[in-house]
Amino acid sequence: MNPLPYFLDHIWLIPLIPLAGAALMLLFGRRLPNRAVSVICVGSVFVSFIYSIGAFAQLLQRAPADRVVQRVLFQWITPGPVQTVGGLKGFLAEWGLMLDPLSAVMILVVTGVGFLIHFYSIGYMGHEGGYYRFFGYMNLFMFSMLTLVLANNMLLMFVGWEGVGLCSYLLIGFYFLRKSAADAGKKAFIVNRVGDSGFLLGIFLTMTTLGTITFSGAGRLDTPPITGIREALAAGFASGQFVSGAPALTAIALLLFVGAIGKSAQIPLYTWLPDAMEGPTPVSALIHAATMVTAGVYMVARTNAIYQLAPLALEVVAIIGALTAIYAASMGLMQNDIKRVLAYSTISQLGYMFLACGVGAYIAGIFHLMTHSFFKALLFLGAGSVIHALSGEQDLRKMGGLWSKIPTTARTFLIAALALCGVFPLAGFFSKDEILWQAYSSELGRDLAGIFWVIGALTAGMTAFYMFRLVFLTFFGKSRVPHDVEHHIHESPRSMTVPLILLAALSIVGGFVGVPAALGSFVGISHYFERFLEPVIAQYAPHAAEATAAAAVAHHEPMEYLLMLVALATAGVGIWLAYTMYLKRTELPAQLEARFPRLYGLIYNKYYMDQIYDALFVNRARDLGTALGGFDSKVIDGMGVDGSAWLTRRTSRISIWYDTWIVDGLVNLSARIVWMFSFPVRMLQGGRISGYALFIVLGILIFLGYYLKELRAMIR
Amino acid sequence: MVPTSHYLFLSLALFTIGVVGVVTRRNVIIILMSIELILNAVNINLVAFAHLWKQVSGQVFAIFIITDAAAEAAVGLGIIIAFFRNRETVLADEMDLLKW
Repeated sequence: MNPLPYFLDHIWLIPLIPLAGAALMLLFGRRLPNRAVSVICVGSVFVSFIYSIGAFAQLLQRAPADRVVQRVLFQWITPGPVQTVGGLKGFLAEWGLMLDPLSAVMILVVTGVGFLIHFYSIGYMGHEGGYYRFFGYMNLFMFSMLTLVLANNMLLMFVGWEGVGLCSYLLIGFYFLRKSAADAGKKAFIVNRVGDSGFLLGIFLTMTTLGTITFSGAGRLDTPPITGIREALAAGFASGQFVSGAPALTAIALLLFVGAIGKSAQIPLYTWLPDAMEGPTPVSALIHAATMVTAGVYMVARTNAIYQLAPLALEVVAIIGALTAIYAASMGLMQNDIKRVLAYSTISQLGYMFLACGVGAYIAGIFHLMTHSFFKALLFLGAGSVIHALSGEQDLRKMGGLWSKIPTTARTFLIAALALCGVFPLAGFFSKDEILWQAYSSELGRDLAGIFWVIGALTAGMTAFYMFRLVFLTFFGKSRVPHDVEHHIHESPRSMTVPLILLAALSIVGGFVGVPAALGSFVGISHYFERFLEPVIAQYAPHAAEATAAAAVAHHEPMEYLLMLVALATAGVGIWLAYTMYLKRTELPAQLEARFPRLYGLIYNKYYMDQIYDALFVNRARDLGTALGGFDSKVIDGMGVDGSAWLTRRTSRISIWYDTWIVDGLVNLSARIVWMFSFPVRMLQGGRISGYALFIVLGILIFLGYYLKELRAMIR
Repeated sequence: MVPTSHYLFLSLALFTIGVVGVVTRRNVIIILMSIELILNAVNINLVAFAHLWKQVSGQVFAIFIITDAAAEAAVGLGIIIAFFRNRETVLADEMDLLKW
């Protein structure tokens, strides 16, 4: 009898149902009517969502320490010995799913937000060709993402990791007839590949260092026990085999982070994400804001057992995260494409999450991941709704004054913008504040804590500025919409506005699960989210748990209030600046632009990073390709293929001579000999009748002569 | 009474003239006429022996052969006319189609 309750026992259905939907679409979708496609694909994600809720609820019913379940579907790589640093170890990889608080939160976010975006797509993609293809890819993406999140080992996670990369490529290039879209898809795929190679090397190194790639051995019921990464590291730490900062662990952590950099678009591999906006807007919302790009953060949080023993790697994570946060935010300041502003904002917010992970506050990172997925998905869907209303216009300079024309979109968009800016009490406030506080107070990044905090706060101000620049330019002020487009402005259909409203609700209340201690006394549920996720974070020293708890109690409350207020004030300044520049004194931006042309040009052109990458890598790769192509055409084709052809032709002359003179010559010779000897016989057959007649007569005479001789002999 | 050998010599002479004509003459019509000579030489032979043995069947055969010769002359002349229409010649040494 299986002791697991229904939903926990069936977590494997969560990724499988969207896979079934995808298979159905990609095999038979062409023949299905759009209505059936919608029902199957949106329905499959919905069922998956229901199962996720069920699994989450049943996980909650268990004791906190017991909240982990592994379901092994089958053994993927059968056990075999592998040479590790600590001698031979048995190694295996399973097709196994693990549900613990971390993956539970992730599947809720993925299926929940994913369902809303799927639902939204019914309206948004309704007029597009390739409807079934779109939904097939989306469902395939859901499957890959859920596999990534639920995987119980690194290799299976990598499968999902590659799967989401593939779907991202397919969906960015959805309008593949447009060259820019096809190029953007390729760019995303190739840049991601750079990161993926790091991830893969990290997996190999984990395998040879620890002899296991399974995350944890806990929660295995009817399957043989197994040593997970967590247990192996804990044992190694206890026995002194691994010390904090061991080179091998640092290397693993850094390699894994390379993967995270690629997938989550951090410096220096961020350039693909803005280009990825070529895809349909629901894709941007689902893949390039809410779920896939956060996979890097999830991966760092999932392997925190390794990161905690690699302080150097953590510092790198924090620095990269902080730099990306402010760098991407600065690029978002001047963009004129509504989706690109959001793309840079996403990169910036992902930087926040890595900053949190880097200072050891994985939970704060995941918390921000969750709230961010709500309001960033909402922002993208809202932007999609605006674009829909304006018949495909994405340029901010051709918008304005839409507030009363598309009221639902505008109001929900404003809520999301406020949430992203971290305005109290929306979701973003709590998660961003938590990250800033952790950056300031954490043990890990103490020597850089002040800098991290300043960068974080500055980024918050810039975020507020560009978000409200976006809001003001889009919804307020004078309408700059071209006349012919203005007629068609209309609020989006129900299927699009309902997800907007639901996501807006989530953006408002989503933060309350993680109210910080300083404010917790008002609501009485302080740090619920953190306590829920606590078991996921590896504790090495036995007293660490108590130390964390003590630290939580010992929050310097006045300081936390102060920092909170400063962050809020920065956001306020950002909003005020945007208000002044883009609503009140609209001539200001142009004046500033004229005043600082170089700075403006630098930011507007995204620091020329794309050009630098083109010069450094893309064109060099192309040069290499040209050189290799030249080698191919000159050496391989020229000398190898053409040369051998030339040689063959030369040698064939000998055999041609042999054929004509020896082989054919012998045949002709025999014919000529026959011809020669047949000469007298040939002479007999002259064709003249008289000749033949003469032969007849001669024949008769010879016959008669012989006969007469006999006759005479008889007579005698 | 004329002895049988005289008939036979006449027949032999006619036959020889016919054969030589067939072999040596170029004109197909003359060749045809020579064949008539050969046939009639045979007729003389048949009639001579019928007279010698006092049997009528030899004369019957001679009449058959005369009929046959008439038919043969008709067919032969027909062939010659058809041939002349094709090749505009009646010379035997130009009739070399059988070679091919």
